[in-house]
Amino acid sequence: MLKEKDKIFKNLYGFEDWKLEGAKKRGIWSNTKELIKMGSDKIVEEIKNSQLRGRGGAGFPAGLKWSFMPKDSGKDHYLVVNADESEPGTCKDREIMRNDPHLLLEGCFVAGFAMHAHTCYIYIRGEYYSESSNLQKAIDEAYANNLIGKNACGTGWDFDIYLHRGAGAYICGEETALLESLEGKKGQPRLKPPFPAGAGLYGCPTTVTNVETIAVSPTILRRGSKWFANLGSANNTGTKIFSISGHVNNPCNVEEEMGIPLKDLIEKHAGGVIGGWENLLAVIPGGASVPLLPKSICDTVKMDFDSLKEVQSGLGTAAVIVMNKSTDIVEAIARLSHFYKHESCGQCTPCREGTGWMYRMMEKMIHGNVKHEDIDKILDVTKQIEGHTICALGDAAAWPIQGLFRHFRPEIEKRIQERNRRVA
Amino acid sequence: MHHPGTNNRVYKKINDNFEWSSENFKKISEIIKKYPSNRIQSAVIPLLDLAQRQNNGWLSKNSMEKVAETLSMSYIRVLEVATFYSMFNLEPIGKNFVQICRTTPCWLRGSDKLSKVAQEVCETNIGGTSDDEIFTVVEVECLGACCNAPMVQINDDYYEDLDEDSFKKILQDLKDNKSIKVGSQIGRKSSQPERKFDA
Repeated sequence: MLKEKDKIFKNLYGFEDWKLEGAKKRGIWSNTKELIKMGSDKIVEEIKNSQLRGRGGAGFPAGLKWSFMPKDSGKDHYLVVNADESEPGTCKDREIMRNDPHLLLEGCFVAGFAMHAHTCYIYIRGEYYSESSNLQKAIDEAYANNLIGKNACGTGWDFDIYLHRGAGAYICGEETALLESLEGKKGQPRLKPPFPAGAGLYGCPTTVTNVETIAVSPTILRRGSKWFANLGSANNTGTKIFSISGHVNNPCNVEEEMGIPLKDLIEKHAGGVIGGWENLLAVIPGGASVPLLPKSICDTVKMDFDSLKEVQSGLGTAAVIVMNKSTDIVEAIARLSHFYKHESCGQCTPCREGTGWMYRMMEKMIHGNVKHEDIDKILDVTKQIEGHTICALGDAAAWPIQGLFRHFRPEIEKRIQERNRRVA
Repeated sequence: MHHPGTNNRVYKKINDNFEWSSENFKKISEIIKKYPSNRIQSAVIPLLDLAQRQNNGWLSKNSMEKVAETLSMSYIRVLEVATFYSMFNLEPIGKNFVQICRTTPCWLRGSDKLSKVAQEVCETNIGGTSDDEIFTVVEVECLGACCNAPMVQINDDYYEDLDEDSFKKILQDLKDNKSIKVGSQIGRKSSQPERKFDA
């Protein structure tokens, strides 16, 4: 288990003061000037050495992403923080923003400086009303104490942070859709290239990063990349906030070391599966977009990027959705299909048409109201959507269904047979 | 499933002229300062949100035209945004906008039952508004509070860790104009793991 002293999020549950005074007691903003004095190259180097991987789902190496920002483009540079947390199962950034907002703000300054940016926008999902009000109060406090603004922290670097509320669209968590939305348009993803680091917000160099990635970076710089890299295993380093929801006794957010066995995570932190471990049916280990895992894999799998990839799933946002044997597994996935149908932006035909078709098919499968060959047909359709759209929403809609049939195909075949018998 | 925010039609009834309140007018100048001076279109979502708040929770044609005029945008660009995002309601809603999360993590913990309770207490269907216009009840996709499932958003606030009884009580109290407790209904602090709390 992660030791108390190695925790980065010391106020994850909000037992302490989230305002500036409380934040300072936890060491936030304590020596920001010294961190900035390291210089942008050194900061990026440290983040690279820590092997921090992006916490928003894709797991792209953070230091590498930061280093893509041009040094001297002659244009304004922007840091955009992606706080549009909408992946079903995920509720970690919410806790950071309402219970420890200064941790995020300090991270914005340090990361923004490393990217030669003077402006940072935090794009928060519109539904998070009280979270955005806490965050705005924290921003106001930081301005009032000259921690950000002109000559921020006395470093000579001007840095502005603005909060921008979205208005309810899952797709705006995709980085280019987020930028479109921030520019005042419909949130429809852009074709890449050009990548945001070349031409992002307002056509200027931009980096879009998840809240948690930004929030951990000052602590990495303070305690050293070695400390962070020693937690977890190579290429899967550090700590991570896991959101455990569904059929567990104590659903919760918890910060743990990367690579903790799934079983330990559920039993030690979430009070175990309802009805005991033997009552487990399946787990979606990384938010709605990743394929589910049956109990046999859950027994031993470790929670990190590479281990979960090996079992044909993914860490995603580390949102663990637990389902016990009382679950209608087909309906659980059909609900996710409904989610993707609802959230498809409508730009690419395979996704716009495919998500609706898949949802209707999945609804029928709940009652076995399909033919046997329809199983292969729906799998074929998922393959036709996957990889044929501008953004990854198409893939995300296809994977849960593929995961279902990979592990639970006999269950659906049984339902079809039963229905055929009933009807005959 | 009907939802006033996913409806793509502009509400037919032409309501009275929409003018910014003086308070909102001040807010607008603050909001616009956040963006580069030649990029004020960025403020369209915050301004639509303001307009919706001023207009009892929904956007009329006049209010959207006002937003377009304020930001020197064409009306169609504003309408495009208003129809795309689910938080912008294009038809009138009741005083309490009850949004029940229906996505898998909440469903696993019984969001179906909440939908039934809401329909009974509010005396309306999913997607509908009660006759006395006190409630509009809708089912929505994931609201991002999965560790506190099942949960419901009413107007701006989240009500978490619900069950049938606590949800029924919340709705009844709203009906009776009583004040209600926001957040976790079992006394839990945010998403802490322990279930034993100091009262």
